[in-house]
Amino acid sequence: MQCCIINWGLTDEGKFYCKSCHNVIERTTEVLTSDVVPNTKIQSISKGLRKRKKIDKGWEWYVCEGFQCILKKQAEALQALGVSPQMKDEILCNFWRCYLQKSKQAYCSMPVTDNALISDIGTDVDSEPERISLHGFSSFSESDGDLQTESSFGRVSSIGKASATETTSVCSGSVDGGSYLLKRKKGDLKMSMPMTLSLCYLALLWLREPVTLSDLLRFVLDGHIPYLNAFQCFPEEMKLYGVDLKIFRVESWPVYEDVHKKMYELAAFLDLPCFPAITNSCFLHPNILCIKYLMEANLPDELHNWTCRVVKKINVGETDFLTLDPVNKSTRKVKYDVLAAALIIVVLKLLFLLDDQYEWLHASFARKRNQKNKEECPWFDFKKWYTIIKKSLDVEQKKLDEERARCLWKCEKPLFYSAKEKYIVLKRRQTVVNLQRQFGSLSGSMQVSEKQKPSSFQLNWAEENTDGICFHGHILEGILQEKDNSLTTTNTKYWLCTVKLCNEKICGHLTHYKESDFPQSYQFVLNLFSFLLRVPASLIHEEVCLIEHKLFKTKLRRR
Amino acid sequence: MDSFVEQLTRGAQEEFTEESAWDGSAVRIESSSLPAIHLPVLPRYLQHTTTGGRKATGFQETKTACFNYIHEALLENQWQRAAEFMTAYLETLESTSAEHRMAAPEVVWRIGAEILCHHSKSSIEEFNYFAERIKNVGVKNYLKVCLEHVFHLLCNGLIDDAYRNLSLAEGWRYGEQTAAHDKEMKLIQAYKGLLDYYNWSEKRKAMLELDDDDLAQFVEQEMHSFFRQAAVNFKEIIKIPGVWDPFVKCYVELLEFYEDYDEVRQVLSEYAYNSKFPSNPNAHVYLYQFLKRQGESKKTRIAVLKILHELVPSHELMLEYNAMLQKSKKRKKHRLGLQVIFTVLDFAGWKEHVKAWSCLAKQIKQILENSSKHLYWIMEEWNSRKDWWPAFHFSHHLAKINWQENESLACEKAFVAGILLGKDCKYFRYVSHQGHKAKKGRFQTMKKFVKKHSSSHLRASGVLDSCIHL
Repeated sequence: MQCCIINWGLTDEGKFYCKSCHNVIERTTEVLTSDVVPNTKIQSISKGLRKRKKIDKGWEWYVCEGFQCILKKQAEALQALGVSPQMKDEILCNFWRCYLQKSKQAYCSMPVTDNALISDIGTDVDSEPERISLHGFSSFSESDGDLQTESSFGRVSSIGKASATETTSVCSGSVDGGSYLLKRKKGDLKMSMPMTLSLCYLALLWLREPVTLSDLLRFVLDGHIPYLNAFQCFPEEMKLYGVDLKIFRVESWPVYEDVHKKMYELAAFLDLPCFPAITNSCFLHPNILCIKYLMEANLPDELHNWTCRVVKKINVGETDFLTLDPVNKSTRKVKYDVLAAALIIVVLKLLFLLDDQYEWLHASFARKRNQKNKEECPWFDFKKWYTIIKKSLDVEQKKLDEERARCLWKCEKPLFYSAKEKYIVLKRRQTVVNLQRQFGSLSGSMQVSEKQKPSSFQLNWAEENTDGICFHGHILEGILQEKDNSLTTTNTKYWLCTVKLCNEKICGHLTHYKESDFPQSYQFVLNLFSFLLRVPASLIHEEVCLIEHKLFKTKLRRR
Repeated sequence: MDSFVEQLTRGAQEEFTEESAWDGSAVRIESSSLPAIHLPVLPRYLQHTTTGGRKATGFQETKTACFNYIHEALLENQWQRAAEFMTAYLETLESTSAEHRMAAPEVVWRIGAEILCHHSKSSIEEFNYFAERIKNVGVKNYLKVCLEHVFHLLCNGLIDDAYRNLSLAEGWRYGEQTAAHDKEMKLIQAYKGLLDYYNWSEKRKAMLELDDDDLAQFVEQEMHSFFRQAAVNFKEIIKIPGVWDPFVKCYVELLEFYEDYDEVRQVLSEYAYNSKFPSNPNAHVYLYQFLKRQGESKKTRIAVLKILHELVPSHELMLEYNAMLQKSKKRKKHRLGLQVIFTVLDFAGWKEHVKAWSCLAKQIKQILENSSKHLYWIMEEWNSRKDWWPAFHFSHHLAKINWQENESLACEKAFVAGILLGKDCKYFRYVSHQGHKAKKGRFQTMKKFVKKHSSSHLRASGVLDSCIHL
């Protein structure tokens, strides 16, 4: 039906038509301009390159194409952050192709068609969050006069085989949006927004890039990597509505554990070979990560010696342990950053006990000694460290919390479920924009905190501004004693975070962290690393328990 | 072996039937017709008690945090900071959860209005702009926001703007929603009526100052048209059960101006006596005041105040009520008057009311002077108060203060105390002592009177005792 001659005429109703084929162009865009005259219609014509669909006049596109678009943008952003270009062009690209092939969406002799996908509806019930359930839909059907259109969307849940394709084409901008959300064959892995990050991280891990998962997620949260409203990078002709929103709209930030888990699922799904070995020269090796976190936590360099000893003792520095090998399913899923943080905490416990008594006792001792000998290298004073870190942590935490609260989630181009709803959604968006402008001008000194340059360090304790603030050079005197030609701790006691680990399969977790059960110092150290890694304290606590159990394995068994 | 097992099972069955025979039908139902229990599904992880409902999305969490920051800022009068967070909070209007989206406009309206009312850079134009935007966010809020917007305009003295807004709101229609907003619409109209009344009274003031007759006639016509508009709206709202004091007052004033007294009487009686309306003391006050203006008989007026006395025994009209009762010829009314005045003085607000105390003193005096036939009236009132009035009214401390601040009050109270508690009571002794020092004649007479009747006080307690013994 498309005519290649560009020769437009104007009909009586003010619409455009092609003078050679006499087709009237119905597609016009409403441009809302609040500044000049409200609701002026500016008619514009856009011509898609591919076959247009009758309903929305956009391209015919598939969900996997959308994800491809997003992945590309994410890879580009990572590249801009300094990741090797190899990541995008070779690794991620190959992983993605592999995914398409394994999930039978492309690169195979019989790609999955809509009908084949739909044939599985309702055979199995899973509790995966992305899955459409009746419950999920019922939330859309509401009695608000504004939004009756949404309730019609509920039909998808009850579609039969025959009407499926038809319904999907009505309810989604993409070709396969409707069927995409329905249950597929067992063992199939559906791409989702958090999973794009899992895939990115797999690629980073393959290249052994010096980026931890917590870093990656932090960059996402700080907006350095496209995630929230990532669909904005779609070409204009890729219309997004109906069920597509459920796939591409982000309403929550990615969760560390979730992304981490999906990463392993993906690696297994893609049948990837063993990843390049993580040796002790790699950034992700605990010995190196520990240096980083010791610096960031402003702890004495000397502690590194101790973390290395613990690493050696419990064999978490071994290449076999650290390297991701999807083939060998028995290997533990290492969280490199959490492991390193937990190692530091265990060492602090070994040296300072962190029972709210011993560390303070030693601190007062160290303080007196430091006052007397001002020329010599100062002893590490736990109390002083605590006060300085606490102050700065509180400030940073407050800043972060406020920044989060100020975060804007909606993009300029609002999403809507259907064309019917378009007007209301656009109007509402316009109102919000107008009011935002109004209150923006009232907030006075618009603190437009320019996007901070991404850094792998959040707290900086540069050696230069030494007002006694930097503890890196402090020595661990007073808590160590020489015994049989090696240094051991003066303190001979230790307390375990837990005596028995839970069954992960029953509880979902190995341990259960209840703040009030633990000494204040321990809580503080946990919270410090929880802030640095942006993961819940319970996650680090779990890792601490695991390390302790490895460390005291023989002693625990003797009991 | 088989037979042994069979025997066992049979034995068990027999035992069972025996039991069921003994226990009646209940057991039989239990065994046969009761369906098996279907246990609910446990959460995937046993130790995690999941709270009901879906987990809040990150969007909702940040918006809640944002709300808390705004709340904090508002409490600390940091309007700029509140406005800053408000820009982020406005997104709740676009929440994907219908429940949140529907609740959002009101929250945004309240917060925004608060900020715009106090912010130093804000102006009435800013407020108008904001109100117009919010009105159109949700259909359900339109009229409510309109009304509150009007209040805000009125507070800023912009009566014409308020009137214009009300007129616009009055003409608002939204399909089926219109019916659901019937009550709100009535309110809008009633407030418009109030402004019509305001214009009317302005015109009346203007007319009084005019000398030109022609002009006066023109103004009178204008007045009349305002009157008609206001009257229609007032009449409508008053039909709905509720508390409509401002409307009723204005309506009455309008009607009285045009001498439509029958209508006033009907409106006020309806407002006061219709049982569908919530009990409202003011309704009776308005009715009483109208009847008084009309010079109605005491009997009808007393009837109105009787209800008011039941509703608000401490109302200021109670003195008037008491006075009317005293003037009556019936003894029963006299006694009621005594009750009324005693009750009034139970309330802290009346503690230093000289007139009330002098009323009580006068009445007690009268009763004592007219032979002591009605002494038991006093005694019965006193009986329920004797435990707490001495501390409440007649303490030494109060005597001192009263004497310092208001001698005549102290004097009246001392008289009452002397009669009720005897001449040895602290209050009386202090005040009479002070009065003696000041050498004031009236204290002498009072002292004499009290001394004379202090025996009657004793007698009175004797009466009381006999009452108890009975």
